[in-house]
Amino acid sequence: MSDWTKVPGHISTKEEHGETTVVVERAHVRDACAYARDELGFNVLIDVVATDYLGWDRKGVSGYIGTASGRDLNTPMTQGLQALPDAKPARFSMSYHLLALQQGAPRVRLQCWLEDGDPIDSVIPVWPAADWLEREQYDLMGIRFHGHPNLERLLMEDDWEGHPLRKDYPIGGEPVRFSPAE
Amino acid sequence: MSTTRSHVGRARRWPIVGDPIYEGSRIPRRVPTVLDVPPALHETDDIMQVNFGPNHPSTHGVLRLIVDLDGEQVVGLSAVIGYLHTGFEKSMEQKTWWKAITYPERIDYLGYQNNELVFVLAIEKMLGIEVPEKATWMRMLLCELNRIQSHLVYLGTSALELGAISMFWYTYRERETILDLSELVAGQRMHTRYFQAGGLAEDIPSGFFPEARKFVEIMPRALDEYLTILDRNQIWLERTQGVGLLSADDAIALGQSGPVLRASGVDWDLRRDQPYLAYDQVDFRVPVYTGGDVYDRYRVRMDEMAESVKIVRQCLDRLERMEGEPWIADDRKVVLPPREELHTSMESLIHHFKIVTEGYRVPAGEVYVAIESPRGESGCYVVSDGGPRPWRVHFRAPSFAALQATATCSGGALIADLIAVVGSLDAVMGDVDR
Repeated sequence: MSDWTKVPGHISTKEEHGETTVVVERAHVRDACAYARDELGFNVLIDVVATDYLGWDRKGVSGYIGTASGRDLNTPMTQGLQALPDAKPARFSMSYHLLALQQGAPRVRLQCWLEDGDPIDSVIPVWPAADWLEREQYDLMGIRFHGHPNLERLLMEDDWEGHPLRKDYPIGGEPVRFSPAE
Repeated sequence: MSTTRSHVGRARRWPIVGDPIYEGSRIPRRVPTVLDVPPALHETDDIMQVNFGPNHPSTHGVLRLIVDLDGEQVVGLSAVIGYLHTGFEKSMEQKTWWKAITYPERIDYLGYQNNELVFVLAIEKMLGIEVPEKATWMRMLLCELNRIQSHLVYLGTSALELGAISMFWYTYRERETILDLSELVAGQRMHTRYFQAGGLAEDIPSGFFPEARKFVEIMPRALDEYLTILDRNQIWLERTQGVGLLSADDAIALGQSGPVLRASGVDWDLRRDQPYLAYDQVDFRVPVYTGGDVYDRYRVRMDEMAESVKIVRQCLDRLERMEGEPWIADDRKVVLPPREELHTSMESLIHHFKIVTEGYRVPAGEVYVAIESPRGESGCYVVSDGGPRPWRVHFRAPSFAALQATATCSGGALIADLIAVVGSLDAVMGDVDR
């Protein structure tokens, strides 16, 4: 529908499952959001999601591959040899799900890629709704939003260590307090 | 489609610190979710900071509000959340797609059926699986029953908090009926796990239709009763009208959805504007009110319940004619084989074993699916690496968005109004904290 190449910092556009993903440069996220709001009419910030792709293109335990006609013998299955997903440009993706309150409910996903520790501009000046959404991603994923007026932990305790939704966060235990050793 | 309208109501506003975001906005500028004490009041000794919650009957769970009071007036406010954070999103990454379906229901524990639906729809969108018509209509029916149930809990508890205790008993009477219907269909009163990727877990039992018919007969009368109790109650009107104002512009800027948005005069409902399931084939009206106060949020939900009853009736009409039709897709790679086949068919046994132990694979990619849950836009963002487990699951929680508006709605309110405001935003803390 829209000419996505005019979005500031535009890198690429992808259509998948009927959804549009527009990848923009990290440095231009706020401009891209402002452009989407003012020029393209996406007036609601629905969600801000960070995804950690650490270990994404490493072999994991494969699952049950089936096709309608049965097993495809040319694709090895449960031996851990599954096809690897396409590599990602960086460790973290930030996705901004936008919605336009108009006929047909157009939606777009603005996406940018960043490595651990890279700062990204907060979009609070564009949508106040980003306040808690960004704090949550900071808390659980450790994304640092530059210019957020109150970037503190939201869901975890203030003195929590680490960012639980990262793929390298240890699961299955937390430090025991008041143990005999203390 | 959207209409904007300035505030009408009691002029009880407190001047906002700094410049508002745009003309007439009540959003506190520095941090939208925090109401700062005006500098002029810093010097006085009259400000009292009250810790409201996390365990307080009127906070609907474990919400903590730090409130600065000048007498009875709220001059500062900040919400502290996270007391119910359970790490659902992390847990779901460890489970197979098939097992992860259990989790979303427990996130928004009042809109459980809708939350389950949004996750199942996301899986189906990635798998590209066809769902039988019967399953689609049954899903719609259960989601609408769930919407009524959720609104009944809202109505009962928020009236209770404002002193109308009897409302609680009346609404829970009808809620019981809905939970009984759930039990009849799925064997569970709440958190049914009745939706599967591909359709429904079981066929609809034959005894369901007459019981559901009884309910759609009772419900409109019950709604009239509620209106009689509340809508002519002077105390209820005084305490809700003109309280907790949220303008259409502010609501959109704060990402509101559902009844909160519609009570602020924005005509928006995903069931109509972005139809999913078979909502484009049923007849219903989207109630919109323009006052943006607690009372209008209550009216929107009351009207929605009546509309939901209409949808349930239309679903029943359809479903009663679908006797004997399949309720789940015939895709052995994703759907569990019928129980009775396990004793006679080797292949079925293998399929069953594989799906339960390893899980089915979902093609690599990312999707975002949104539905209209009782609280607004409930969304699910899912990333798959092509394996048997989700790589990332994230829920767009409507309660989370609604609670962000607390500070905006409470500017200049009285402490008693704060209870009404928090109640009217209808935040389920499980949904907020996930």
